Amino acid sequence: MLIKLMGRLLSAHRAAVLAIVCLQLVQTTAGLMLPTLNAAVIDDGIVAGNTPLILRLGAWMAGIAALQVAAAVAAGYLGAIVAMRIGHQLRSDLFTRVQQFSSQDVGTFGAPSLVTRATNDVIQIQNLALLAFTMLAAAPASFLGGIVLAAHQDLPLSGIVAAVIPLLAAVMVLIVRRLIPLYRQGQELLERISRVLREQIIGANVIRGFVRQDHEIRRFDAANRDLTRNNLASALLVARMNPLIMVVVNLSSVAVVWFGGHRIEAGEMRLGALTAFIAYILQILIAIMMAMYVFTTAPRAAVCAERIQAVLDTEPSIAGPPRGGLPPAPQGSAAAEAAPVAPAAGGTVEFRGVSFAYPGAEAPVLSGISFTAVPGSTTAIVGATGSGKTTLLNLLPRFLDPTAGTITLGGRDIRSLPLAALRERMSLVPQHSYLFSGTVADNLRIGGPAATDAELWDALDTAQAGDFVRRLPGGLDAPVSQGGTNFSGGQRQRLCIARALLRPAPVYLFDDSFSALDYVTDRRLRAALDPLLAAATVLIVAERVSTIERADQILVLEDGRLAARGSHAELMETSRTYREIAASQLVLEESP
Amino acid sequence: MTAALPAGPEGGKWRAAWRLLGLLKPMRARMAAVVAATCGFAVLNVAAPKYLGDATDVVVAGVVGGAFDERRLGRLLLAVALMYLGASLFSWIQGALTATAVQRLVYGLRSAVEHKLHVLPSGHFDDQHRGDVLSRATNDVDNVSQSLNQLLNQLIMSILMLSGALAMMFWLSPLLALIALASVPLSTLLTVVVARRSQAHFTEQWASTGTLHTHLEEFFTGHEVVKAFGRQDTAAAAFGESNDRLFRAASRAHYVSGIVQPLMIFVSNLNYIAVAVVGALQVAAGTMTIGGVQAFIQFSRLFSQPMGQIGGMLTLMQSCAASAERVFALLDAPEIPADAAEPAPGAAAAAAHHAPRGNHPGGTGPAPAGRVTFEHATFGYSPGAPVVQDLCFMVEPGQTVAIVGHTGAGKTTVVNLLMRFYELDAGRITVDGADIAGMPRDRLRSGFGTVLQDAWLFTGTIRENIEYGRPGASDEDIIAAAQASHVDQFVRALPAGYATMLGNDGDSLSRGQRQLISIARAQLSGRSILVLDEATSSVDSRTEVQIRQAMARLRQGRTSFVIAHRLSTVRDADLILVMDQGRIVEQGKHRELLAGDGLYSSLYRSQFAGRNDADSVLEPEQ
Repeated sequence: MLIKLMGRLLSAHRAAVLAIVCLQLVQTTAGLMLPTLNAAVIDDGIVAGNTPLILRLGAWMAGIAALQVAAAVAAGYLGAIVAMRIGHQLRSDLFTRVQQFSSQDVGTFGAPSLVTRATNDVIQIQNLALLAFTMLAAAPASFLGGIVLAAHQDLPLSGIVAAVIPLLAAVMVLIVRRLIPLYRQGQELLERISRVLREQIIGANVIRGFVRQDHEIRRFDAANRDLTRNNLASALLVARMNPLIMVVVNLSSVAVVWFGGHRIEAGEMRLGALTAFIAYILQILIAIMMAMYVFTTAPRAAVCAERIQAVLDTEPSIAGPPRGGLPPAPQGSAAAEAAPVAPAAGGTVEFRGVSFAYPGAEAPVLSGISFTAVPGSTTAIVGATGSGKTTLLNLLPRFLDPTAGTITLGGRDIRSLPLAALRERMSLVPQHSYLFSGTVADNLRIGGPAATDAELWDALDTAQAGDFVRRLPGGLDAPVSQGGTNFSGGQRQRLCIARALLRPAPVYLFDDSFSALDYVTDRRLRAALDPLLAAATVLIVAERVSTIERADQILVLEDGRLAARGSHAELMETSRTYREIAASQLVLEESP
Repeated sequence: MTAALPAGPEGGKWRAAWRLLGLLKPMRARMAAVVAATCGFAVLNVAAPKYLGDATDVVVAGVVGGAFDERRLGRLLLAVALMYLGASLFSWIQGALTATAVQRLVYGLRSAVEHKLHVLPSGHFDDQHRGDVLSRATNDVDNVSQSLNQLLNQLIMSILMLSGALAMMFWLSPLLALIALASVPLSTLLTVVVARRSQAHFTEQWASTGTLHTHLEEFFTGHEVVKAFGRQDTAAAAFGESNDRLFRAASRAHYVSGIVQPLMIFVSNLNYIAVAVVGALQVAAGTMTIGGVQAFIQFSRLFSQPMGQIGGMLTLMQSCAASAERVFALLDAPEIPADAAEPAPGAAAAAAHHAPRGNHPGGTGPAPAGRVTFEHATFGYSPGAPVVQDLCFMVEPGQTVAIVGHTGAGKTTVVNLLMRFYELDAGRITVDGADIAGMPRDRLRSGFGTVLQDAWLFTGTIRENIEYGRPGASDEDIIAAAQASHVDQFVRALPAGYATMLGNDGDSLSRGQRQLISIARAQLSGRSILVLDEATSSVDSRTEVQIRQAMARLRQGRTSFVIAHRLSTVRDADLILVMDQGRIVEQGKHRELLAGDGLYSSLYRSQFAGRNDADSVLEPEQ
């Protein structure tokens, strides 16, 4: 997985990688030449008493040293750039892929896990690349050079090298094989730590309110202990690998002297070869140590590569039609394809026998829902908590796809529309009033990127948010913190409504968007909305009968089924469930 | 080397590095053992080649003299083999001890970060991007952990090898040793120059990682909004910008600091050349032998190699220090002011009677009776912009207080102040006659059962989430609370029942169901003061009617603060506070306020203004 991923990433930087390898070879060779020149200084300079030669050779050595540093700096520069490019690319790939995910896909991994994968996991791969470029690039050359030169000196003695290499390989394989599961578990534990911390930050007031800090500290401590134990286990394995390899290589140099000594005595080998042989064994050792340094990092990176690849390999469960790559012209896209649609029908929403079930779930969330909503009408969806109202709404922008039945928009199956074109036709106020960090204006311009300040104020006023935004220091430029936590629930809802209003669309979806508003605000808001939405198809999930009683049709959901459909007056006649809902509100909002 | 660095803007990083090492203090004995093991390793590792050289001499003697002393060779080689075994053993011990020390240190650091989260003021999470706080707690701590392990291992080793080699060099030739030593200031200077340039980039690298983390958190959590509005491009652009920034900072940091190692090698090579040339000239002058020069060159290699290694660790050190600085900055962030040591004696006495649930474990004291007063309470989230002003009211034990007003009038802030999530700017709040500012926060909050606006649930089972209100509660109590708040009904329909795991942010449940669970949680807690902030805003009305009885029972005998839009709840309240723009504009009972023809009566009338009048004369059913 790691190799596949690295191969793909590095193929874009082939020239740079080649340059790095060449530069590292130059550096290694230069480094190897210095002792040779030094030997010349001793043999030809000192022994011969040739002072000018000593100085000349010294100058040569300085020149080679300069070449070495230049090559090393250049290799370091390229290595840093390429390694960081790889990280950049991976983060970008992950982000793009997650953007294509459906809600279900994101839920499979969980947002916090996706964040860990795009940060910490990518860092691990980046670090490995960096190490590989600085350490690994020259190691094979040094290693092979050492072996070739050793074999050249004395073939029978190189038998020792031949015996040692499989031994070293065995040590490495044994340890790395144990490291991989540890590292895999380690990344998961790191994620658990991050999840607990995230909950403690978001749920701070609940924890403090119930005075459960001690419980939280224990909960975190358990996770922290597990992670520490895991990290320690892998660190101890690595700590064992280093000395093992060292002892194998060092003992082999002892063996070289022992066997070499005997061969020399027997007259089969020259004396000089012995010293040279030990030098080469050392060179091989250094190469192996460098490679090992890289290899201890590799298993963790390999685990991270798997985790990243898992995200990249997940096909978004919801995608546009096969030819969805076409530029999605907002209104004209329908005309570009086979079946042209009359503009008047553009906003008609029709559900035909729609069911939805989560994979593996026993009971479906929705089953056999059929209804039609036409432009200029309001369809309200009511039902008990958990009866499937939000799921129904989420099917329209294709955050989820029905498991059975079809949904059409303007007469066309929504699955035949490019996703962007489909979503462009609707404006949504989600149940969870999610705001992004930035300013009030930034958040509103998510709805209308080109809107002028005046248009922003218009939308805010319609959404009954103008007053409080005007009172904020900075007004439109007032800061919004992540998730919008610095606004009250009702303020958030109104900002989300304003955001949706800045995006005129044939279909409006309001998912329980008025629940946090007081009645006066609610009433004013609906009065302001009515003229704006007069021509649109409006779908509203709501609780309050007062919010929905003037809807053209009301859908009553019960356990995922359409229990009744009709206007307020009709349903009061025909539907017991609806009567119960209405009656319960009268009890709750009883009058003077 | 660290001390030589000027204290500039980068001084903080070296202080952070120093402070990080300070965390090893409790492990002094272990670190001493690490140094001892490293010494053992270094001695054996330096001695072994010498004996191997002697063994070679035996072979040489055999070639020259014809007599090959196999027994002596065997003895020498056996000694060398044992030395190498010993060196590896020491190296293993050193590695294992260091790993344990580092993991302990990081464990402590992570715990410290987590403890800190509990003492940060609630406002900290508003100002600071929570992704950045998280990135500090995970990515930065992990970076410290990884770098420290490598650094401690290699740094100690390098420094010991360096000193050993230096000692041998002085012993062989003081003049040449001085030449070799001359390279030290040069290397240090180079390191300082480069480090000063690269430090800012490392700081930027980890700061950008924090920003990127925030971006990812936001876009992955809010992905539906991004998609619904077709703003993937904008999101991608914002993400791309921080991704680019991270790339630029990281690559600069690494290539600038990566220059140090080659430079160090260059300096040591120059030194090597100088030693070779000067040594050669000395031999020519007859002041040194060839063998002496050769040995010296070997040791100067041993000297320069660790120098280069230390240079190579600069990247690691700087990255580690930059992360450590960010972690320490979080640890040093201002905390909630410490609790007063002891509550006023009067408060304890007043609280002694009327204690429905008895003492809470952990010394939190008796439950309060529930007399609450606000005296000229004023507060603003940012200075100069008060959110609530001059709040004055008094609640007797067992009374229900309803807070009404337009969205954004400051209703939730009243609750936040009462529970001391935020501290007053002026005025005071008392519970049972004692100023809450003088009360330990935990003791104060132990008296409250809360259902807050955001029904936040934790990763865990439904049972665990309800039990959160009263740890160790029996199954009967949990189910009773669940039944009263209508959680039982939908939980029984789930395949795993109460053992159903709630995933990320309780996503698998609807918002209404989450609210019901948090009501059950508060119900179970049995605290004497209740705070219900829009507790049922997302619960459907039929369910709400059904849990209404339970809610009313829950309020009985308990002081309750209720923020709600349902006028039925409001109407029966003993005290209604009508808020407008951060002030209490009216307070009293329903009938008094209705007669007053102020904001309350207009609010009240507006609720029924557009309605069919058929239901407007119904009497409340109880």
